[in-house]
Order: sequence, then structure tokens, then C-alpha cells
Amino acid sequence: MLKTLFFALAVAIGLTLAAPLSAPLFADVELTNVSYDPTRELYEDFNKAFQKYWQDKKKETISVVQSHGGSAKQARSVIEGNEADVVTLALAIDITAIEAAGLIKPGWQAKLPNNSSPYTSTIVFLTRVGNPKKIKDWGDLARPGVGVITPNPKTSGGARWNYLAAWAWASAKYKGDEKAIRDYIKKVFDNVLVLDSGARGSTNTFVQNGQGDVLLAWENEAYLSLAERPGELEIVTPPTSILAEPPVAVVDTYVDKKGTRELATEYLKYLYSDQGQRIAGEHYYRPSNPNILKEFGKYFDLSIKLITIDDPLFGGWEKTQKLHFTDGGIFDQLYTKK
Amino acid sequence: MTETTARLVKVPGSKGYRRENPYLRRFLIALSFLFAFLLLALPLLAVLSQAFGNGFQLFWNSLTNFFTLKAMYLTVITTLSAVLANTLFGLAAAWALTRYRFKGQGLMITLIDLPFAISPIIAGLIFILTYGRLGWAYEFFDERGLKIVFATPGVIMATIFVTIPFVAREIIPVLAARGTDEEQAAVLMGAGFFRVFFQVTFPHIRWALLYSVILCAARAMGEFGAVSVVSGHLRGKTNTLPLHIEILYNEHHYREAFAVSAILVITSILILTARSVVERLAKKESGPNVR
Repeated sequence: MLKTLFFALAVAIGLTLAAPLSAPLFADVELTNVSYDPTRELYEDFNKAFQKYWQDKKKETISVVQSHGGSAKQARSVIEGNEADVVTLALAIDITAIEAAGLIKPGWQAKLPNNSSPYTSTIVFLTRVGNPKKIKDWGDLARPGVGVITPNPKTSGGARWNYLAAWAWASAKYKGDEKAIRDYIKKVFDNVLVLDSGARGSTNTFVQNGQGDVLLAWENEAYLSLAERPGELEIVTPPTSILAEPPVAVVDTYVDKKGTRELATEYLKYLYSDQGQRIAGEHYYRPSNPNILKEFGKYFDLSIKLITIDDPLFGGWEKTQKLHFTDGGIFDQLYTKK
Repeated sequence: MTETTARLVKVPGSKGYRRENPYLRRFLIALSFLFAFLLLALPLLAVLSQAFGNGFQLFWNSLTNFFTLKAMYLTVITTLSAVLANTLFGLAAAWALTRYRFKGQGLMITLIDLPFAISPIIAGLIFILTYGRLGWAYEFFDERGLKIVFATPGVIMATIFVTIPFVAREIIPVLAARGTDEEQAAVLMGAGFFRVFFQVTFPHIRWALLYSVILCAARAMGEFGAVSVVSGHLRGKTNTLPLHIEILYNEHHYREAFAVSAILVITSILILTARSVVERLAKKESGPNVR
């Protein structure tokens, strides 16, 4: 009896080991793109287009390995040895962290157009259909009884934009009165029902699990959810929001180690080609090329007033990060003191 | 189960019988069933109905997707490696702990149990801290062109780590209970180590070993936390089935996520069935005192 059992086990092992021989294997040249959460579908399409482009141009078959997760977490894994050829993250500061670890040479952000951001996005509101809580502008998020869903600004790039967009609105509204701004932000975060660690987690909480009245979301995530759940949700574009510029960079140390510098550089450049820009637009990212952006004018509310992180209000990522998001920073002060 | 007449229970140390409280009995049975239904049966049924709800063809298509096949392959490799490594380690450790006396025996037993007590995220992080780019062992392996974390070896090592206790924990009591008389006799009669092991010791532990291997495989297959930390989430390369399910779910591919989940659920049920069969066979063969 026991012998038969062991024999069956051996046969099972043999079969399973032989199985992948029939499955297609990866191509000779491989490129690893470590990215953040909401870009999965964008890069699935973009990779196909780039593979074809590269095949036509260089007669070389390549495969692109994708990795997605919270932006800061992904940067961390690259620092710890996840050998990405390119990183396409949510925030410049996450790429700066990789630079600080010595893996990317300083000056990377000037290497590609538009601060190395081939596409941009902004933060909008996703509400239940008909917008039953009448959420129109940032002020409505602080109203009692409004359930807000946002990821945690400490771990999620998107959430930092949410927070800063709210801050920018309050700053204009209260004419820079810091106490009033803080009170407002505190009220908004008191209204937060679930604080997930990543943008995609929050989307699932709001859309799939039906929690909350409003999701602060990347514009592209909001459109994606709308397509997933037709007739259940509604996008509200506030009059002002923040211009998020998710940057891309070649990871110098790893491409030199693997000999993939040319491929990695071309990959990122192709994001700026007309085709790359259209793929970004089709996935509801705002193309950085103004002509292609206009082609997608029917989706995007182009009248929205967008503030950048380099606005004097914030003074760039480094300063903002230190002031708001480090341990004991303004966000910690406002969120822990419930 | 629906028996309503109160049973008479003999109370040890007293002469008479006492009535068992029928309401308590019914209440406890109902409570167990309620828990089992709400927490086990209902969610499992939901997974299966979601998986097959759109017909078998769609179910099949979700499973034959390239990334799903890759994840399955990695899971199989990982599970086999974990089972093999832990069988060797478990046998060696059990033998050493029950047949020899040495300093640090207590420490060894504690160490074997550590993975049971430790959170999987820590199990993953210690590998990053040791073999990651900033870890002290990174350079040694990198110079030799070996990638440990964010590659298959890391996934396998993390899985072995969390499943270490399974085999050793199961074999130790059996070996300890048998004592060493038969082995000593065999040695006196001139048998070498391997002969003693395979002809004298092994027949007594084979059922326990098979049982523990089955449990080890079940755990290895489903490991999520530790593997998630060391994998780097490289699709088609370091994603095991549990990680792949999370990705599918996060990508709004609910149908595929549930189809792949169904595979894990069905495999678990098969494994548990195998466990019961092994238990029954073991009892039949060697009496009720062996498991």
C-alpha cells in the first residue's frame, strides 16, 4: 500500500515538473519594470506595443516583467536588491530614495522631457451614482456624516496627493491660515472609514466592498472603476486639484550590471512617442504631449485648476515630505490626535 | 444530532448516573455547526460558486493563462523543495534529539518551533535583511551571480522557513515513544546506521512521516506572508499561486481570482482527504496508539 502511495507521488512529481516544458518560456532579453499599483493595465498594453516596436526595429524578442505595489514599498524592494531595469513610480521622492541608495545617478529627472513624467494625473472624487451626499468640492469632505476612503499617506503615493490636494484647497479657502487648514484636514481624516496601505486596496474597499460615500482617487483609477461597475458610480471633478507627475527612470546600477541600458532607455523614451502617449490616454492618464491630451478632451475636464508640488505653497517634494509625512510630521500630528 | 432525549452519563467516582443537560448539549452542537457553517462552509462555497458560476470553459481559460501556469509551476517547485528539505531536516533533527544527548537540546527544540510562533512578515524580512542588497550575505552571493531574494531561491527559502516544524514535530514524539531497544539490538547484531534506520526505525515512523509531509505540503502551497515579502511581485517569475490570486483580485479579474482560488481550495480538500486516509491506514496497521 505504502509503496503504491510513494509511486503515485513520484509519478505526480514527474508530471508536474514536465508540464511547464509545454508552456511558453520567457524570451532571451528580459526587462523588469517595477511600478506602482494603478499602472498595471497601462503597462500591460504598453509592453505589448513596445515589444512589437522593438521586434520591428532591432529584430529582437524581449519580454517585460511587471511588478506592482505601493510606490514607496516598490522603491524599497529595488533598494533591497529587486533588480529593476526601469522604475515607473508614483512620486519623484521614491525615485530619489533609490538615487540616495546609489543605484540611480543624480540628475535623472532632467534626462527625459516634462520632469521625466510621460503622463500626469490628478485626484478626483468617486461617489456612488447620483452623488447622494452631494459632494462637489473639497470642503464637503469635512462635513459630518460623509464617509471618506483614502489610502494611508505614509505608505501610498496616491494618498499623499489626496492629502496635498485637500491642503491646497484649504490653503486657498482660508487664505493660508494654518490653524484653519489643520482643523479642516483633521476633520477630513476623522471622516476616513478605512485607511488602506495602497491605492488599489482603497479602490477595492470602496467599489467591491461598498464602504464609504466618497473615494479620493487617481483620475485613472476612478475611470477604471467606472468602467468596471457601470451605473453604480460617478466621477466628480473638483474645481481645483493637484497635478501629479509620476516620474520614470532607468536604474543605472542594475542596467549596467545586466547590460540592458539601451533597451531600458528606449523603453522609457517610447512612453513619449505618439503611440505611448495614446496608450496612456486610453488608460485615463493625461498625456504630457498637449496635442494628444486634446484628443482625449472628452474624458478629461481640462478646465480644472491644477497646482503642482513645486508651487510656492509646497516648495517641492523634499520639503513637503519632511514637513508633512515624516514620523511626527503634520499628518501624524493630525491623524493620531483623534 | 437531533436526539432530544437526555442521555445518562456515568459520573466517575460516584455511584449513580446524572442527567446530561439536553439544552446545553443542543446549544453546543448548534454553536459548532453555526461556526463551521459561517466561517468555513459558506465562504468556501462562495469561492467555488464564483469560480464555476460562469461555466467550466471560462474556469478552464482562467487556469490556462500564462501567468497562472507560471505561478502554478513555481508553487509546485516551492512545495516540493519545502517538503524535501523539511523531510531531511525533520528526520535528522528528530533522530538527533531522541537518540543523542547533547548540549543545547532544549534550544534546538525551541528553534524548531520558532516558525510557528513568528509572524510571517518577520520571516520574510529576516531574509531581506540577510540576503538583500543591504544585507551582510548579499555580496558573497552576488559575486557568484546568485540572486536569493526577489528570485526563486528566496521564495523557496521563505517557504522552507515557515514549514520547518511540521516534519520534526511529528516524528519526535513517535521516536521518543519507541525508545531505542530494537535499534540497540540491531546494532549488536552488526547492522550499520543505514540498515538500522531503514529496516528498524523507518517502518515505525513511516505513517507519521507521510502524515507530516502531507501537512507540510498543504502549508507550503498556501504560504502568503513570508513569500510576499521576499518575492518582489515579479509577474511570471516570483509569484506563487497565493500571490497571483491577490494580483488577479487587485486587477479586478475577480473571476480568474476565484478560479485560481478554487484550485487551491480543491487541492487542500484533496490533501485533507489524503490525511484522513493515511490516518486510517496507520491505525489499521499498527493499532490505535500511533496517531
